[in-house]
Amino acid sequence: MSRILIGNGRLIDPASGLDETGDVAVADGRIVRLGGRIEDFTPDRRIDASGQWVIPGLIDLSARLREPGATRKADITSESRAAAAAGITTLVMPPDTTPVMDTPSVVELVTHRADITGAARVVPLGALTRELAGEQLSGMAGLAAAGCPALSDGGRPITDSLVLRRALEYASTFSLPCLLTPVDPCLAQGCLNEGPTATRLGLPGIPAAAETAGLGRQLAVAGACQARVHFGRLSSADGARLLTTALGENRKLTADVAIHQLFLTDQDAMEYDARFHLDPPLRDIIDREALRQAVADRVIRIICSDHQPHDQDAKDGPFASTASGASGLDTLLALVLRLVEEEVLPLHRALATVTLEPARLLGLEGGRLDEGAAADLVVVDPVAPWFCTGESLRSRGRNSPFLGWEFSARATHTLVAGRLVHQPDGP
Amino acid sequence: MSVQLDDQGQLRHFLTTEGLDPRLLTRILDTAESFSGVIGKSVKNVPLLRGRTVINLFFESSTRTRTTFELAAKRLSADVLNVAVDTTTTKGESLLDMLRNLQAMQADMFVVRHNQSGAAEYFARHVDPGVAVLNAGDGWHAHPTQAMLDAFTIRRHKGPFEQLRIAIVGDIRHSRVARSQIHAFNGLGAGEVRVIAPNTLLPSDVDTLGVQVYNDLGAGLRDVDVVIALRLQRERMQGALLPGESEYFRHYGLTESRLAGAHPEAIVMHPGPINRGVEIDSALADGPRSVILDQVTNGIAVRMAVMTMVLGVQPETAREVS
Repeated sequence: MSRILIGNGRLIDPASGLDETGDVAVADGRIVRLGGRIEDFTPDRRIDASGQWVIPGLIDLSARLREPGATRKADITSESRAAAAAGITTLVMPPDTTPVMDTPSVVELVTHRADITGAARVVPLGALTRELAGEQLSGMAGLAAAGCPALSDGGRPITDSLVLRRALEYASTFSLPCLLTPVDPCLAQGCLNEGPTATRLGLPGIPAAAETAGLGRQLAVAGACQARVHFGRLSSADGARLLTTALGENRKLTADVAIHQLFLTDQDAMEYDARFHLDPPLRDIIDREALRQAVADRVIRIICSDHQPHDQDAKDGPFASTASGASGLDTLLALVLRLVEEEVLPLHRALATVTLEPARLLGLEGGRLDEGAAADLVVVDPVAPWFCTGESLRSRGRNSPFLGWEFSARATHTLVAGRLVHQPDGP
Repeated sequence: MSVQLDDQGQLRHFLTTEGLDPRLLTRILDTAESFSGVIGKSVKNVPLLRGRTVINLFFESSTRTRTTFELAAKRLSADVLNVAVDTTTTKGESLLDMLRNLQAMQADMFVVRHNQSGAAEYFARHVDPGVAVLNAGDGWHAHPTQAMLDAFTIRRHKGPFEQLRIAIVGDIRHSRVARSQIHAFNGLGAGEVRVIAPNTLLPSDVDTLGVQVYNDLGAGLRDVDVVIALRLQRERMQGALLPGESEYFRHYGLTESRLAGAHPEAIVMHPGPINRGVEIDSALADGPRSVILDQVTNGIAVRMAVMTMVLGVQPETAREVS
């Protein structure tokens, strides 16, 4: 394996609080030296990081890669390469593939495809129930042995509360975290936030109660178990408030938010633009500000891209008939740093939401800069302005809600396990 | 939503009444007035759209709306093609493919009805330059020609809008007609627009559309000049929106006696088709206050007006012809 010396970069590690200019030496897939001038190390390759930042590689807690099952939209190769180019070194993949990730063989397929691509790591989440049908438990121990660090409902909440309780109890037997989707599906039959915009557009609305009703029930069930529970994709001020209260009783609970919820609102869909057809829906400015505050207060500790690449046909047509979801890998890092520019979060906190915190939740070893740690890291040029356009996107999903936005930062080099998987002139 | 206007602020499509300049709304009514004379004459056709092709593209069944659009186009001497699309049998062909195929038939205008909100705007964004789209109803969103023919009928019977109180009764939540009426009447400067319905039939934040909201029919009808009953779809009894038709009629059905608090000369309207004994009783629907059949007749003139305006045929020309 190659030996790489990253020289004279601003080393930023949210785990240790490190923030100083220095060198990083990488060998055998690991960080062997960190900080200061490193002169007694013979690299095969030097990267001059003067004026640039060196940060842990991003861990994206929710990224649909569409393989197996929907490779017309995207696949593991295309998306793990797009991730690497965007400074994401680990993609956590929900189990709602076709077939569902409920047996070790599907996990092995995914892991194998990621290995032969050799770009970002892919970490599959196991299904909590067979077929994600919410009826029978999946073989959780087997899924864990095959490489799933946690289990998930894959965006399809378990509606039978007894099954939910059993699933959480059984998962806790093996200390497996459970990632739940806080939604009551009966209340979520719509395609846009319930409110003035949906009323104007004549679209069926999804009330915030769809989130709080789902979250409240799941909190009640989780409270009776030992399980380590995480709530994915919060979207509303009411949901954040409910979670804040629950955290007073159970500090182990965690939650995440999709990055687009921190920048967009339902008014962006005012012209029936299907790129803003998302699930959970974009809500209003009060919700957006409450979510920002919840992230600042560490009520919501993790930010993800909620990457859902689609083919053009899926996003073509009248709003309600289009598929929900946004392509998000390409803009995750730039948007997280924009939260710093907009003074929502200090730099280390912002980076922690996409590195340290998801690593902690899943027990992954990445997410930090440390001697001996896996060399998953990114060199970021903080002043490299770029426009997000259809052509600039590396993901096969062109359904980005941020087309036309200008960003200031981008990843120039990405290392995964000490291998350079992205550099300015291509990998 | 400026896709329906050109650089000069003129209509190039007609998709919604929302956000339209009062002068533009008034011009639609004035132009319709000029065509209204045409309809009364024995020679009913004018050659304004001779050689143009209008395609009625209906993804939802409709008799009255499609027929009046067809009559309007024929009285303007356009060639008319009716295409009824059964969405249950055309799965697989995308809307865009269908649009391109029909456009290849040299259409100048599409009149589109679709069960999805935003469908007409979708078509307008995808047609070739110079091809106009008229929204004949999209989902719960808009039915702008219906709203304008209602405005036309109101203006004929009740004069200027400034002093008028107008009440819309019934299923506001699922009604494209109501949304377009609210925007049109407010745009034309109506004194007050009210909606009257049980809470299950009101969309969230309906007041943000610019209406006064009433649950009680008697209170809502007090001193109104115009009462519009909306059609109640039978499906609403499923889905836990309403308990049943008889309870609905008891609380929200229009009868002569329930209009006791309204202005003595209040008129009663309905966009049709009527469910007699559900949203309105027959005595009222067929009585002297009712202008329901005028609405149908006026629909032709209003649709002629909009068709000429989106194709850039000058209203002055229209007046000369009439």
